[in-house]
Amino acid sequence: MAEKLTLKDIAKKPDLLMSGHRLCAGCAAGTIVRLALKATRGPVILANATGCLEVATTIFPYSSWKVPWIHNAFENVAATASGIEAAFRAMKKVNKGPLAKYEHIDVIAFAGDGGTYDIGFQALSGALERGHDFLYILYDNEAYMNTGIQRSGGTPRFAWTTTSPAGKVIPGKRKWKKPIARVVAEHEIPYVATASIAYPMDFVRKVRKGLEVEGPAFIHVLSPCTRGWRYPPEKTIKIAKLAVETCFLPLWEAEFKDGEIVYTLSAPSERIARKPELKKPIEEYLKLQGRFSHLFRPKKRDDLISEIQQWVDYEWRLILKRCGKL
Amino acid sequence: MEIKQILMGLNGDEAVAYAIKQVDPDVVAAYPITPQTIIVERFSEYVADGEVHTEFISVESEHSALSACVGAAAAGARAFTATAANGLALMWEILYIAASCRLPIVMAIVNRALSGPINIHCDHSDAMGARDSGWIQIFCENSQEAYDSTIQAWRIAEHPDVQLPVMVCLDGFVLSHTLENVMTLPDEVVKKFIGERKFVTIKNHFGKEVPFILDPENPITIGPLDLYDFYFEHKMQQIHAMENAPRVIEEVGKEYGKISGRTYGLVHPYKLEDAEIAIIGLGSTMGTAKIVVDRLREKGVKAGLLRIRSFRPFPAQQIIEHLKDKKVIGVLDRAASFGAYGGPLFNEVRNAFYDQDIKPLISNYIYGLGGRDMPPQRLMIIFEDLQKIMETKRIEKTVKYIGVRE
Ligand SMILES: Cc1ncc(C[n+]2csc(CCOP(=O)(O)OP(=O)(O)O)c2C)c(N)n1
Ligand code: SF4
Ligand SMILES: [Mg+2]
Repeated sequence: MAEKLTLKDIAKKPDLLMSGHRLCAGCAAGTIVRLALKATRGPVILANATGCLEVATTIFPYSSWKVPWIHNAFENVAATASGIEAAFRAMKKVNKGPLAKYEHIDVIAFAGDGGTYDIGFQALSGALERGHDFLYILYDNEAYMNTGIQRSGGTPRFAWTTTSPAGKVIPGKRKWKKPIARVVAEHEIPYVATASIAYPMDFVRKVRKGLEVEGPAFIHVLSPCTRGWRYPPEKTIKIAKLAVETCFLPLWEAEFKDGEIVYTLSAPSERIARKPELKKPIEEYLKLQGRFSHLFRPKKRDDLISEIQQWVDYEWRLILKRCGKL
Repeated sequence: MEIKQILMGLNGDEAVAYAIKQVDPDVVAAYPITPQTIIVERFSEYVADGEVHTEFISVESEHSALSACVGAAAAGARAFTATAANGLALMWEILYIAASCRLPIVMAIVNRALSGPINIHCDHSDAMGARDSGWIQIFCENSQEAYDSTIQAWRIAEHPDVQLPVMVCLDGFVLSHTLENVMTLPDEVVKKFIGERKFVTIKNHFGKEVPFILDPENPITIGPLDLYDFYFEHKMQQIHAMENAPRVIEEVGKEYGKISGRTYGLVHPYKLEDAEIAIIGLGSTMGTAKIVVDRLREKGVKAGLLRIRSFRPFPAQQIIEHLKDKKVIGVLDRAASFGAYGGPLFNEVRNAFYDQDIKPLISNYIYGLGGRDMPPQRLMIIFEDLQKIMETKRIEKTVKYIGVRE
């Protein structure tokens, strides 16, 4: 493994996603991409699933990308990346073809929650099983934002979306969020992690690690969305941070070593594990977001908030167990 | 120059797999489906035995097969896949994307009836469903042609004036699973014929002229959002590329003839010159039909046929040239187009003749759905009908269904 990336390294490296794109002010997706690309080691090829990121960065004849980039369709970014990675390997094998001149290429796939939890899950699972050497970054804004905020398998329970509206009878989404990173980890791939832009160094180092391992790697980054989560743009980082502080999104890594999936808590969550009183109530996270406003107005729904709290606690305990902390 | 060829006993699938082995593409991504499966199986053996340098991606679906080919071809690789029926239907979304990204992917389609009901046998409903996707579609008469076309396809797809994906279609079971004598070229001759993949250049978003490929040194953006201000122009480029394709298909077919003695074009006539009645159609049935034409000729009937090799691009001019002075022609469709006025081939053939002052009477025969056999006797029924139309100068029923219970 190479030296640990430092803040200085990151500051020195130019942005590979240029300004001028059309992501909303305060959108975490742009920050995620810029940070992630700081961790690349040299030549990069990106594949992007259909979604906000793709649409907002490439409207023809403009493009914000300083690196080669391809968008194929919504559900197939993992397959597209498989093809790129296989092409590179084939060319290296015979030292022939346009990419043969590179020592290595970082192949990275970006996809939203819809393109990952739902419609793209089959292609993702297939690519992981086949063992392609690529990094898949899920920017999880917890709904189909590009089509106007519809629920996905990544939408948390009781969140309002346009297809899980908070009605008189049903208070938002009925089901819990799919534990996507754990599901991916069960594929026994070399590296899986969760991350938050509120802890940029942690995220960037994870990206570097994901690129360095041989074989597939997967990083799940929560991507607060001002439009869909209904909060003012300046709160993005605060919300991203609260997700970790409330243990809504515990930060961890899972490495598949010697026939075992070894889970490790990352520093921000490790602190909470050591000092449980640091764990903030989920209400602090929920109340900042308009998508949960029906839990607070017209009447406070303590019953529903405590259901969410129970789920958070359950998931947190589960991760603590996996990480050998319980 | 005469090149020494090797005679091999191959079925259609094996002929395709063998051709691909000789082409030795960078990436093959494929998924099994009857009657295409032999292609992936044979090719896997070539990979396992180290006879090719290809990265074989055994994907989890046909959707991913073509998606991976898109990624690979965009990264500058030669990419191949093969499928049939439901597999092609599952690829549908990506067919259009591959063509619009102008990626010279080659795909073998082993024609099979689309579900439902589920059926594994030959008809052309799968390929016909893809006819508007922007792919070139070559239909083969026999396994020899499947071999020959699988080699030529790369030259057509990668030609700078074309840059479009190519489907090589061969009839399920009739060709795919039937052993034939196939003349094969030596590896080095195939390699020389197809050469290295060349790249067109485009102006990227930094204003630099760069090769159209995902190369970190010269970044380009492939597959951006493209709205009403440019989409139409991009579609025009695809339309022009398809307009260039007939010339290239003929050039490549002729050049291939020089090394193999087997020359290919857009259409292949048989005993047409003095014919009064003729049939026109696609695929292996047209091979059987030659025997029928011969028998009719023995009886003094002036019968002939025109086999369409290139369905996309559709060779309207060539069809008119070959058939305009015939009295009656019968168009054979191995696919139904529900609710349409006749089969897909019929519609295009008859449309092509609309502006001609003198034109034949044109009748449509839909046959062979779901693998329903088309032996010479059934073809004879069609020719007899054409004779009757010639005598009465009247078509009683424009669209007829052959070999089906009432
Ligand atoms: C096959 C297919 N189905 C539906 C769509 C419409 N669609 C485009 S983007 C999108 C949602 C994307 O959601 P997600 O992956 O979460 O990305 P986000 O836009 O939220 O960043 C949908 C439903 C599509 N493009 N393709
Ligand atoms: S809708 Fe949400 S995810 Fe999409 S660009 Fe705006 S803030 Fe980002
Ligand atoms: Mg989303």
